[in-house]
Amino acid sequence: MIGFIARRVLLAVPVLLGIVFVTFAIARLLPGDPCIVALGEHANRDVCAAFRQRHGLDKPIPVQFVTYLGEIASGDLGTSLRFGRPVTDLMVERLPTTVELSLYALLFACFFGILLGLVSALRHNSAVDVGTMLLANLGVSIPVFVLGLALAWVFAIGLKGTPLALPPSGRLSSGLTMVPLVQHWHLEDMTGPLRVLVDFVSNMYTVNSALRLDGRTFVDSLRHMILPAVALGTIPMAIIARITRSSLLDVLGLDYTRTARAKGLRERLVVFRHAMRNAMLPLVTIIGLQVGGLLAGAILTETIFNLTGVGRTFFVAITSRDYTVVQAFTLVIAVGYVLVNLLVDISYGFLDPRVRVSQ
Amino acid sequence: MTAQALVARATELPAARGVVADAAANLLRNRSAIVGLVILGSLFSIAVAAQVIAPFDPTRSLLDVGEKIYTPPCIHALGCPAAQPEHFAGLDQNARDEFSRVIFGSRISLFIGFTTVGFAVVLGVIFGAVSGYAGGWTDNGIMRVMDVLLAFPSLLLAIAIVTLLGPGLNNALIAIGVTQIPIYARVVRASVISVKELDFVTAERALGASSFRILFRRILPNSLTPLIVQGTLGIATAVLDAAALSFIGLGAQPPAAEWGRMIGDAKDQIFTSPNLIFVPGVALSLTVLGFNLLGDGLRDALDPRLNR
Repeated sequence: MIGFIARRVLLAVPVLLGIVFVTFAIARLLPGDPCIVALGEHANRDVCAAFRQRHGLDKPIPVQFVTYLGEIASGDLGTSLRFGRPVTDLMVERLPTTVELSLYALLFACFFGILLGLVSALRHNSAVDVGTMLLANLGVSIPVFVLGLALAWVFAIGLKGTPLALPPSGRLSSGLTMVPLVQHWHLEDMTGPLRVLVDFVSNMYTVNSALRLDGRTFVDSLRHMILPAVALGTIPMAIIARITRSSLLDVLGLDYTRTARAKGLRERLVVFRHAMRNAMLPLVTIIGLQVGGLLAGAILTETIFNLTGVGRTFFVAITSRDYTVVQAFTLVIAVGYVLVNLLVDISYGFLDPRVRVSQ
Repeated sequence: MTAQALVARATELPAARGVVADAAANLLRNRSAIVGLVILGSLFSIAVAAQVIAPFDPTRSLLDVGEKIYTPPCIHALGCPAAQPEHFAGLDQNARDEFSRVIFGSRISLFIGFTTVGFAVVLGVIFGAVSGYAGGWTDNGIMRVMDVLLAFPSLLLAIAIVTLLGPGLNNALIAIGVTQIPIYARVVRASVISVKELDFVTAERALGASSFRILFRRILPNSLTPLIVQGTLGIATAVLDAAALSFIGLGAQPPAAEWGRMIGDAKDQIFTSPNLIFVPGVALSLTVLGFNLLGDGLRDALDPRLNR
């Protein structure tokens, strides 16, 4: 098992290096002089020379690349040219929103996707099955931004005044504020990685308010997450529903399922204890692959629902040529995606002994 | 049995249908494929006849004939007073007829779908074929690059590439095409590897055929089926991604009547003029749905293992 994990990790290394190289290349090839972008009208020859020297932009490209690798290894993602703040700070401030949004979207996608797929497979070829699969086909075909806007319209305008109305933008209703966890726990003196972790968690509003046992803020922040999470999670939900259905149908047709039925097991046991376990395998891969789509879809969802997460920041950084931010965010998202899929690969080894042996 | 007798028996058997006819028959038995074909057929007809169907020039502002921006839809058959000019989907932020813009948008969407996938398939086939046929270091090198491309979520990579090339529809198409190359390269490589050691290839080589001929005449036709299926589904993805890029302003530029761009331009008007979101939104979703359904149907119809 350890050999299997080690092999998987080693295989991911060249891909990770490739990602670092691509993000480095993209930032260097961006059109526009970063000095003029950062300093605006203050930029003149002398100031720009100093600026380039300070940011190492006067060195040869290979030297810049090696410097870049060293900085990443030590956890330094550079300073935003536009905001004048370390990118890591921006990341701690804004990544939590995106992570929170993606988690809720994934929860929504998995729960309803598996449920729909299960019902569809058990009622194979019935009206329920046809209806569900039609829904799934529609789900993968509606663009995130159209669905997001449609949801905002239905729940903020159409259902206005009813208990079902939901807020279409922002993270909290006006009047409510979020207390940082360090302040709440009187840990202002804390430093180092632990502080980063606490701040990170603190910026996930639903988790923060839950930890502070602030029920009103919790419900409010959760309500603000529903529409974006549903908009973002619909495509993965549809994909998960289709895979669950086809994978479960495959397994239900196998001999061992027939054996389980023949020996008189109740249908519930046959489906959940015998069939579902094997049907989960392709499902795990597909769920892992959806994470990348979620992170990219966050760019659109955060724009529509006015959430200050990584996606929205990424977009602002592109339009303002803030290349350190573009570089760092592309890197973090792509690396996160590779790591999630690495975990999926490894979990495969746990779920299915054949995978371990055959490799 | 003598050879003549065998030939005589074979000629008595009913003529077998060709591969293509078989696939077509399967396709027409598939419900989702038929729905997909109907949707796409309508879309093609609309795109071809856009000039005839659209009542107005899609880029012409009607301000000069006294109309106002954000005029709500007015359909005479549904009780809109005859004194008002008819606009099925209202007017947009520049007082252009939204319905005409959506009609003309079908041309851009089809153009996007076919050019990006065409571009990606050509490059994907070349990389995949070379990779699978050559093997060794060439294979390793090409496929690791493809792995890196696949390691980025496609929309993120497309955004990064468009940032490099500068906003615009053509650059968006190139960016989306690049993100799709690995999909086709993998499909082709897999089928090249699976047949390149088979006897009929060895026989061809023994007859003195060049590598080029073996690759393109003997090996590649085997990967046609998965390519057609992936390509159809790829068009759906390409249309979606291009609309997303245009939505955030990196794709089609004004005054082009591109659906994603139209939705992006009107997104802050969702509460006052939802028609400007929903009409292009439905058109976009139907197009993607059409290609998805056809792709699924093709997969079922072209896969001989699923033959009844």
